[in-house]
Amino acid sequence: MSVEVRFASRRDFLGGLFSTGALILGARNLPARNTPDLDVTKSAWNPSVFLGLNTDGSVIIVAHRSEMGTGIRTSLPMVVADELGADWSRVRVEQAIGDKRYGSQDTDGSQSIRDFYVIMRETGATARLMLERAAAAKWHVPAAECRADNHQVIHAASHRTLSFAELITAAAAQPVPQKSEIVLKDPAEFKYIGKGVPSVDLTDICTGRAIYGFDVLVPGMVYASIERPPVLGGKLKHFDDSAAKQVRGVQQTVVIDEAKPPYAFQALGGVAVIADNTWAASQGRKKLKIDWEYGPHAIFDSGAYKKSLLEAATKPQKVVRNAGDVDAALSSATKVIEASYYTPLLAHAPMEPPAAVAHYRDGKVEAWAATQDPQAVQETVAKAVGIQANDVICHVTLLGGAFGRKSKPDYVAEAAILSKKIGKPVKISWTREEDIHFDYFHSTAGMYFKAAVDSSGRPQALLARSVYPPIGSTFDDKQRYSDTGELSLGLIDIPFDIPNIRAENGPAEAHVRIGWLRSVANIYHAFGVQSFMDELAAAAGQDPVEYWLAALGSPRKIDFEAEKTKYENYGKSITDYPLDTGRLRKVVEVVAERSGWANRKPAKGQGWGFAAHRSFLTYVAAVAQVEVDTAGKLRIPRVDLAVDCGPVINPDRVKSQFEGAAVFGVSVAVLGEITAADGRVQQSNFNDYLVARINEAPSETHVHLINTEGLPTGAGEPGVPPMAPAICNAIYAATGKRIRELPIRKQRLT
Amino acid sequence: MIHLKVNGASKAFSGDPEMPLLWYLRDELLLTGSKFGCGIGICGACTVHVNGQPVRSCVVAMSSLAGKEVITIEGLSLHADHPVQLAWAQINVPQCGYCQSGQIMQAAALLKSKPNPTAHDIDEAMQGNICRCGTYQRIREAIKAAAEVKA
Ligand code: FES
Ligand code: FES
Repeated sequence: MSVEVRFASRRDFLGGLFSTGALILGARNLPARNTPDLDVTKSAWNPSVFLGLNTDGSVIIVAHRSEMGTGIRTSLPMVVADELGADWSRVRVEQAIGDKRYGSQDTDGSQSIRDFYVIMRETGATARLMLERAAAAKWHVPAAECRADNHQVIHAASHRTLSFAELITAAAAQPVPQKSEIVLKDPAEFKYIGKGVPSVDLTDICTGRAIYGFDVLVPGMVYASIERPPVLGGKLKHFDDSAAKQVRGVQQTVVIDEAKPPYAFQALGGVAVIADNTWAASQGRKKLKIDWEYGPHAIFDSGAYKKSLLEAATKPQKVVRNAGDVDAALSSATKVIEASYYTPLLAHAPMEPPAAVAHYRDGKVEAWAATQDPQAVQETVAKAVGIQANDVICHVTLLGGAFGRKSKPDYVAEAAILSKKIGKPVKISWTREEDIHFDYFHSTAGMYFKAAVDSSGRPQALLARSVYPPIGSTFDDKQRYSDTGELSLGLIDIPFDIPNIRAENGPAEAHVRIGWLRSVANIYHAFGVQSFMDELAAAAGQDPVEYWLAALGSPRKIDFEAEKTKYENYGKSITDYPLDTGRLRKVVEVVAERSGWANRKPAKGQGWGFAAHRSFLTYVAAVAQVEVDTAGKLRIPRVDLAVDCGPVINPDRVKSQFEGAAVFGVSVAVLGEITAADGRVQQSNFNDYLVARINEAPSETHVHLINTEGLPTGAGEPGVPPMAPAICNAIYAATGKRIRELPIRKQRLT
Repeated sequence: MIHLKVNGASKAFSGDPEMPLLWYLRDELLLTGSKFGCGIGICGACTVHVNGQPVRSCVVAMSSLAGKEVITIEGLSLHADHPVQLAWAQINVPQCGYCQSGQIMQAAALLKSKPNPTAHDIDEAMQGNICRCGTYQRIREAIKAAAEVKA
C-alpha cells in the first residue's frame, strides 16, 4: 500500500519557510503589551512568531487557533494583513503547531477575536512601520510621509513606490519600534477588517481536498479500534481475542490500562485492535469477547437522577448571589409564581468524530490531531507516555466540528499510548457509536424558580436554583458544587432589575465525564430564566417583550461587587466588559423591530416566542416563529437573532455562526437527549441521538448584527442559549402548552 | 477480484468483499474527500455517485460494485467548477466543511434529476445529509443558485 505524507514534519516555527534576509517578525522583537490582567495576551508576545515576509514579497501569517468552522483561520490572519497593508492574494496562512510561545491556543470560549484582535493588529502595524521606515530611509523623506498599502510603500508627494519585496531586507534591519510608536489604522482605512475575505479553506473544502484529523496519512501507519469499558470507571476482567485475530487485516491486540479518577483527559482504557485499515480494525473489535467489572457508576439511571436533581432544586441550597431579602418579599407577596425546569445530558456529536494519529519514536511523540487545544495535547500525551510536553509535537488539522469536544484530547492520548506499545504510527478514528457513548457530556440540570409579583405583575423577588453535576467533577471527582465560573454562565448574572434576588446551587455527583458544549451552562440557565420570565409575563397578561423590558429596568451596568456577589464575567474585567443592560435592551428592541413583533398576526397553531441572553460578553435576542399542526408536529418557519458582539471583524462568518447557532439551538431544544441505564449511555448514533436535519431547521434565519464600537466580544457560542426558550415560548403562544422539560419532541404539543 | 471505475480510472479490488466502499476509497485509494459520519447510512457525509446515483458509500459493500462507475467529490469536476461547487463557494456555504463533500455530491445528483427543484424538493432530497454546523439555509440558497446557472 502506498502512503503519501500529507503533513511535513516541521519543528521550527517558520524557519524553514524563509529565504535568508527575510523579515521574520517575532513577538520576541515586539514591544511587550501592558495588560497585566490578561495572561493570555501577555504570553502571546513571548516569544512567538505570527508573521513573516519573504524577500520575494510573499507574506506568511500563522494561524495559531484551531479552525472548526468559525473561519478563525482566515479572520485573524486577515487582521494582520490589513494592518500590514498587504495584498491578501499574496498572503499564505500557515497553521501553527502547539507551542506555549503563541499564547493560548485553546480555541474555546468564543475568545479568539476577543483575545487576539489587538495583538494581530499590532503585529501587522509593527511590520508596516518597519517597511515604511525602510522606504523613508531609501528616499530620504520622513517616515510619516510614507504609507504602506496594497503590498507596497507609497510616497504620495513624489509619486514614488517601493514594493514590499524591494523593502524587506532593509525593513528587517530596522530597529523594532516601541509600542508607543505604533499607530493602528483608522477603521475608515480598513480594507479587510469589517468586510471579510473568503475562507482560506473554501476551495479545498468544496473539492474534498481539505484535511481533517480523520484524513491524516503517515507512512507506516496502522489503524486502531478500541473497545472501552462500557461504564465509566469499569475495569477489564478478562478478554479473548482469538476470533478478532482471525479477521483478515487484523495485526494484533493491545491492552490500554484503565483511567483512574479524576478522568480529566486520560485515555479511558480497554482493548485495542490494530489492523491494516479502518474496516478491518472495526471488524476485529466486534469479535473481541470481554468481561468487564462495571464499578460504582453502574448505578447511574438517568430517570432516577432527573428526579433527584428536580427534588434538590426545590430545597434550600448554597447561596451564590443574594441581593435584598427574597424570603421576606416572598412571604409578604400577594402573588407567588413558581416553576421547575429540566434539561437532559447532551452529546457534542461533531460531524467528524474524534480522530488523531500519533507516532512515538525515541522518547518523543509527533501527533496530528483534530484538536481545539494543541497545548493540551502536548501535556496530555506527555503524561500518558511518560515524557515531557516539549517532546510532543502537535500538528493541528482542520476540525470537522468540535463544539468543545475536541478540547479534550483523550483520543490523542490513546493513539500515543498505542504507538509507544507497538512502535508504529497509530491512527485512532472513533466511530459515531464511540463518540456518543464516550463523550464528555453537556450536563443535565434541574432548576427551580420562584417569584413574588406585585399587583401590576412585575417581579419584586426572584429565587433561582440550579442543580447539576459540575464540569469540575471531570478534574476532581469529589467535586459536587459548581465553580463560580460555571455559575456565572446565566445563573448569577440574571440581569433583571428586581430588588430582591437570590441564586442558589445544589450538589450533584457525576456518573459520566462532564464537559463543556457550545455555550455550556448558559444553555440550561437561559432556558430556565427566559422561560420563567415568559411565564411571569403570561401570568400578568402582558406582552412578553414589553414585560421583559420593564423587568430589565433602565439601562445600567450591574455592580456585582456592591452586592458582594462573586461573578467571573468570562475571565474578563467587568470594567472593560460590563454587563450593560442598555446593550441588552438594544438587541431586544432591534429583534422586535426587525422581526415585526409588534404587528405579528399568528394564525391558529402559530406562535411567536422571544428570549434574550448575554453570554461570552455578547448580547443576543431571539424571536422564533413556530407552527404546531393538529397532529402536534412542530415547524419553525423563521428565527430572528439580533446580536451585539462589539465591532464585527468578518461579518459573513459571524453571521454564519449565528445561523448555525440557530440550528444547534433547535437540536438542543427539540431533539437532543442522552439517557443512561445501568451506567451505560443508551444512545448510539444519529438514529437515536437526533440532531437537526434540513427539514427540521428553521426555514429562515435572519441575523441582525449591531456593529457597535469598543471591544469585540464573542461569536461562536452566544447564539445558542436564547434559542430553546424562544422556541418554547413560541410553542406556548401557539398552543398554550408550557414546555418545562427538554427535549420538546418528548412532550405532547396538542 | 472486483473491477470497477473510480473517477474514470479502472481499479481492481481483491480485499474483503464485505468492506464498504467508503473505506476502500479512503484507506486504499487515499481519496479522503468522502467522509465518515455515522457508518450506517443516515448522515450523508460519505455520499458518492455510483452509476450516476447518489449512494452512502459507508453501507455499499465492495462486492456489489463489479463493473460500476464511482464518482467521488475529487472527481466531480476538473477545476472545482461544477455549478454546485461554484455556488457553494459563492455563497460561502461551509463552516467546518466536513459534511460538505457529501452535501455537494447529494446536491449535484438532485440537480441532475431535478434541474429546477422547489424548496420542498430540496428539503426532501437533502434531509439525509446532516450538517452539525447548521449550514442548511445556505445549502438551500446555493442549490437554487446552481439551478439558475444550469437552467
Ligand atoms: S457515514 Fe455514510 S451515511 Fe453517514
Ligand atoms: S459544515 Fe460542519 S458539519 Fe456541515
